[in-house]
Amino acid sequence: MKLEVKPAYEVTKSKTGADLLVQALKEENVDTVFGYPGGAVLPIYDAIYRAKDAFEHILTRHEQGAIHAAEGYARVSGKPGVVMATSGPGATNLVTGIADAMMDSLPLVIFTGQVARTVIGTDAFQEADVMGITTPITKQNYQVQSVSDLPRIVKEAFHIAGTGRPGPVVVDIPKDISANQCKDHYDTAFYLPGYQPTTKPNPLQIKKLADALSQAKKPVILSGAGVMHGKASSSLKRFAEKHSIPVTTTLLGLGSFPGNSPLSLGMAGMHGTYSANMALYECDLLINIGARFDDRLTGNLQHFAPQATVAHIDIDPAEIGKNVSTQIPIVANADDALKDLHNQATQSPDHGAWLDSLNNNNKNYPLWYNNPEQEMCPQWLIKTVHKVTNGEAIVTTDVGQHQMWAAQYYTFNEPNRWVTSGGLGTMGFGFPAAIGAQLADPKRAVVAVVGDGGFQMTMQELSVLQEKNLPVKVIIVNNEALGMVRQWQEAFYEKRYSESLLHVQPDFVKLVESYQIRAFKITYQDELVRILPEVFAYDGPVVLDCRVLQEENVYPMIAPGKGLHEMIGVKP
Amino acid sequence: MKRIITALVHNRSGVLNRLTGLLQRRQFNIESISVGRTETEGISKMTFVVEIADEQKLEQLTKQLHKQIDVLKVSDITDKAIVSRELALIKVVSSAQLRNEMNGIIEPFRASIIDVSKESLSIQVTGKPEKIEALVDLLRPYGIKEIARTGLTAFLRGQQPAVTELTSYSLLK
Repeated sequence: MKLEVKPAYEVTKSKTGADLLVQALKEENVDTVFGYPGGAVLPIYDAIYRAKDAFEHILTRHEQGAIHAAEGYARVSGKPGVVMATSGPGATNLVTGIADAMMDSLPLVIFTGQVARTVIGTDAFQEADVMGITTPITKQNYQVQSVSDLPRIVKEAFHIAGTGRPGPVVVDIPKDISANQCKDHYDTAFYLPGYQPTTKPNPLQIKKLADALSQAKKPVILSGAGVMHGKASSSLKRFAEKHSIPVTTTLLGLGSFPGNSPLSLGMAGMHGTYSANMALYECDLLINIGARFDDRLTGNLQHFAPQATVAHIDIDPAEIGKNVSTQIPIVANADDALKDLHNQATQSPDHGAWLDSLNNNNKNYPLWYNNPEQEMCPQWLIKTVHKVTNGEAIVTTDVGQHQMWAAQYYTFNEPNRWVTSGGLGTMGFGFPAAIGAQLADPKRAVVAVVGDGGFQMTMQELSVLQEKNLPVKVIIVNNEALGMVRQWQEAFYEKRYSESLLHVQPDFVKLVESYQIRAFKITYQDELVRILPEVFAYDGPVVLDCRVLQEENVYPMIAPGKGLHEMIGVKP
Repeated sequence: MKRIITALVHNRSGVLNRLTGLLQRRQFNIESISVGRTETEGISKMTFVVEIADEQKLEQLTKQLHKQIDVLKVSDITDKAIVSRELALIKVVSSAQLRNEMNGIIEPFRASIIDVSKESLSIQVTGKPEKIEALVDLLRPYGIKEIARTGLTAFLRGQQPAVTELTSYSLLK
């Protein structure tokens, strides 16, 4: 039964700051807002109510769900994700997602309510120092001090979030600002002399890289998420193919280069492929495009690309030289840099021998697992999902073993189909992110690959699936453990499984069914093979509780402190 | 090595917090910091004195500072021809009999006595930090009751030496 709500009185109020905000969002072409109401944002929610179809508002069941959904939306649509939450606990519940978006350079604009200006600083009810809390985890943040600033601040916030190196921007709005009456129009012109991202590369540096390329016998490209932010995937493909340069991607860069290309080495890093890591170890020219040399990628820096000339293309100058010393720095948008480079670089020496040796590595030391007859091996599970979805689904994940298996065994050939929490490694990210991804691309199959641990952190968002009937397919890779924690305890803490086993669990099928969502428990391979085509044909949400082999670990692996060439668990 | 880094910033609430927080998060220890308005309205200048281990860290610091949206310009002016000053107020135990002796000590420093009471004298001194240290050392035996220092503020001299091999880390170069 649904409660029909009608306004108890005629709304005759003249325009408020909140109306101004709704109007500003409309002018930014916002179509979806993820949020959760509360005291300090009541004027804003009232304005949303009165503006009826200004945009779709998705009511998540926790602010963390709202912000992860907005991240998924931003990753898939390329537009800033918009979040709204109330003051105090509403705002603090967003903190994990803001930090996550900051680490993975996702454009978000976050509106938080704040207590009225008259009581700010008095420890008022539901007051939190949002500016102080979010300063270190935002690209920029604002507290609106005058309603006349509001339209300009919204404009600035969207501009800052979505340009240069994308990132989250917080706008904190005191309740009296949104509640008070105001004029119809204010100036939105802004001037940010301190924020002028360089997008065009320096021609001399491009020439330097072209020269280095014409000398290089063992070049390799490392492609990161910056390639996708810069919409440079096709330029990258053209450039790599022209010069036959092998390409490896970071975890977040999966899909920036077609995984099925003969030049693709797959993912590099801690759980990357042997051939990708050996390519980084042996190369004489490393061209990093839009990756930030994260420690999970480089392993021990002493053994990272020891013989290579390092070129780094990044829109954020602060990333260049931060972790790895760089001989050819190029501050630019990835697409502009690649196009200029394509025009400059003419020829490179034949590196057939280099490609052959990498191909041999690929052939001799592939990703591997032992597939039993009946029980489900998690790697097999991902491969099967890949097969059934034709490799075309959008895949979101939490963090942990299932994330690495999805990265290893779901081959991505197109950009913006892989939504994962890389830098911060946030459990609970995958399921709400899938909701945002599905809203951003309603026609495409969206699969949330989650662990039994991570799913239980944000599974209250099942309500959103039910309410909006979003056809997200949730695959719980259930090994009754915090798998990656257990794997590390097994490897480095002599199997002392301290608080990492989750033998007590809800009956996921019953739980999901209580939301009137279809759910199945799958234990054996043939069950999955039978049901998966039906699951993906069905136009609605489905949750699969997949009971996988519990003792399976993620290999190969670079142990902490080890170099790229010291992988363990490589197939002999 | 000790570096003097200046930053021109928008005078907006929260900027100081953003920059000092950034330094703290990246494990830089700020030795002193001074902030004040400039000749342009709405623009303030910060002068940081920071102990930095190596050039790579120094480059990171200036790049990270410059990345902030409210920061207009960052310069490492340590190796340039600069004018740098700090102001210190020093309250010293001093009886009436000692006044002349005090005067003899502070005069070469071009410091001045700005407050006198029965048991103490307050001295104002400006100059490079080393000069202030030297005066403090001389006054210490008399008994220092209180010191307040502003931290260093600095800018480039009107004219720079023609030839310099020293690198600047300004990103706007």
